[in-house]
Amino acid sequence: MIVRGSDRVLVMGITGKQGTFWTERMQAYGTQVVGGTNPSKAGTTHCGVPVYATARHAMKGGGFEVAVLFIPPLMVKEAAMDAIDAGAKGLVVLTEHIPVQDVMYFMAAAKERGTRIIGPNTAGCVTPGECFAGFMPAFNERIFREGSIGVMSRSGSLGVLLCLNVVQAGYGESAFIGIGGDPIIGATTRDALTDLDHFPGTEAVVMVGEIGGSMEEEAAEYAKTMNKPVIAFIAGGASPQGKKMGHAGAIVMGNKGSYASKRSALEAAGVTVLDTPSGVGAALKARLGR
Amino acid sequence: MNFEEHAAKPLLARHGVAVPRGELAKTPEEAAGAAARIGAVVVKAQVPAGKRGKAGGIKLAATPEEARSHAAAIIGMEIAGHKVVKVLVEEQLPIERELYAAVLTDPPSKGPLVMFSTEGGMDIEEVAATAPGKLRSQTVDIRRGFSTAAARELVQDLELGAAEGRIAGALAGLYAAYAAFDAELMEINPLIVTRDGRVVALDCKFVMDDCGIVRQPEVAPFGTPDELTGLEARAKAAGLKYIDLDGDVAVLANGAGLTMTTMDVVRHHGGRPANFLEIGGESYTQAKPALELLLSNPRIKSLVVNFCGAFARTDVMTQGVIEAIEALKPKLPIFFSVHGTGDEEAIRLLKERLGVTPLPTMDDASKAAVEAAMGKAR
Repeated sequence: MIVRGSDRVLVMGITGKQGTFWTERMQAYGTQVVGGTNPSKAGTTHCGVPVYATARHAMKGGGFEVAVLFIPPLMVKEAAMDAIDAGAKGLVVLTEHIPVQDVMYFMAAAKERGTRIIGPNTAGCVTPGECFAGFMPAFNERIFREGSIGVMSRSGSLGVLLCLNVVQAGYGESAFIGIGGDPIIGATTRDALTDLDHFPGTEAVVMVGEIGGSMEEEAAEYAKTMNKPVIAFIAGGASPQGKKMGHAGAIVMGNKGSYASKRSALEAAGVTVLDTPSGVGAALKARLGR
Repeated sequence: MNFEEHAAKPLLARHGVAVPRGELAKTPEEAAGAAARIGAVVVKAQVPAGKRGKAGGIKLAATPEEARSHAAAIIGMEIAGHKVVKVLVEEQLPIERELYAAVLTDPPSKGPLVMFSTEGGMDIEEVAATAPGKLRSQTVDIRRGFSTAAARELVQDLELGAAEGRIAGALAGLYAAYAAFDAELMEINPLIVTRDGRVVALDCKFVMDDCGIVRQPEVAPFGTPDELTGLEARAKAAGLKYIDLDGDVAVLANGAGLTMTTMDVVRHHGGRPANFLEIGGESYTQAKPALELLLSNPRIKSLVVNFCGAFARTDVMTQGVIEAIEALKPKLPIFFSVHGTGDEEAIRLLKERLGVTPLPTMDDASKAAVEAAMGKAR
């Protein structure tokens, strides 16, 4: 899922400190925030938009397409189910540390209803020049500029770094998708790669992966079918085995999920794999010829 | 968080899975007393690791005297890096057949996965590789759960005989325990059928989802927290994620992905990272305690601070770093790279308070830190 300027966005948990801070920034950038939720402040106005008790009320009130969740971990399941039941087209779930059984619960419901989910544990997504959803520094022109490079990342901070390098090299982004660092997430690396491949105006895709799991290997299968160049950076080559490196998803057991396995799968699919993030500009120039 | 066998089995029993009668013993005398009450027993080392039998941590005892001497030998042993401080003394059961059952969180299907095999007692990866026909698995919609009827369907046509219904019941009970206790893995290996037809969990491995611990106040205290080094424990108490590594270039970055990458880049430039320390997410205001922690590691020779702000504001993190530097006045060379949310203010603060200008890229900062650690002048 790529959030567009035409999408009406509902901010769940809009009245909290982070909800408020980032809603103001999303609005200033051009995101069409049409409302927010907080059951105890229903009927009031916050950041200039109506506050509803639930996503279902918001859907009846004026409608929305995408819900962005600024909700504490143990309350996400209920909020996500509310948004899915309300008929949201997509959810951006920013929260980290949600119990994994709660995540599996709303993922099953989303699958049944055809709801797209980005996250959990994501910094969100950016469509430069149009909108952003989450807590990305979309408004920072040294990091996000309209252009033709699609970028996807498991990690928010690393996504920022790669985008910075893309812009420093003289390019801009068509869209950025942060898929999140949890072991169970909605849009996978392969899904994001597919979305960016089909996104208008995208000439190349930069993929930022991490050790652990098998998502990069699955994405490599898709990369084989692409006509656009793909550049990848995989974080964690220097990390020890069997330890969770901050992201619950980033754990290497045996050879499974290892740096070597991911790198060789991607290279076999014709993907340029970078040694360090700052190599992205040179790699794009080599692959795009300019 | 891992649960040792003695802590995991009662959780199975609460959901109707039969387990052997047993008592926990911390001394050879307690083991002998337990054996006197139970009869012929198995003395089992309690550590959060597998392959205890091969390590000599599981012994049969026919008499209380034997139980005492086995316990004396096992307590104090080291198994897979864990010192044994207690044993489980359990009744011996007449084994007819050994089976395997597990429920685990399965990222590809985004739901729980129930696994069953007629080859119990073996490593399940080995069964999957050598006898895949003997392994059955079923993805579960967690909203609907996994009933005895669904379990019966999973185990049918495996020639389980009269015990089939009880085996299906045990599988449904195992799933219920998985769901009730926020498990990411609950495994019974082996699940046995006794000569008199009972179905009993002879062992149990339980890993609780770390994010579920907060809502399991009744059960969580019985888990075995990861063994942490002194610095790791201090970090945990401060709400930070720290992993000790063997290098001399300290790394402070925000976000798991960026922190791993900083380690990678340090290594790429020929250096050795001293640690993993992440202060992203909700902990981004913890830069000061984080830096204090890093600086208390006597091995470190230089420090690279790499911030890329999205949610985490680089000005807030930088403020914390500056406060820690002003308070601790570290002698070692520090190199900064700062980009993203709040970077203009962060750069201004660094100039004003420390007279430092961040290097243009993380490569520059990492390389400088590596060279400083190697004693090269800049």
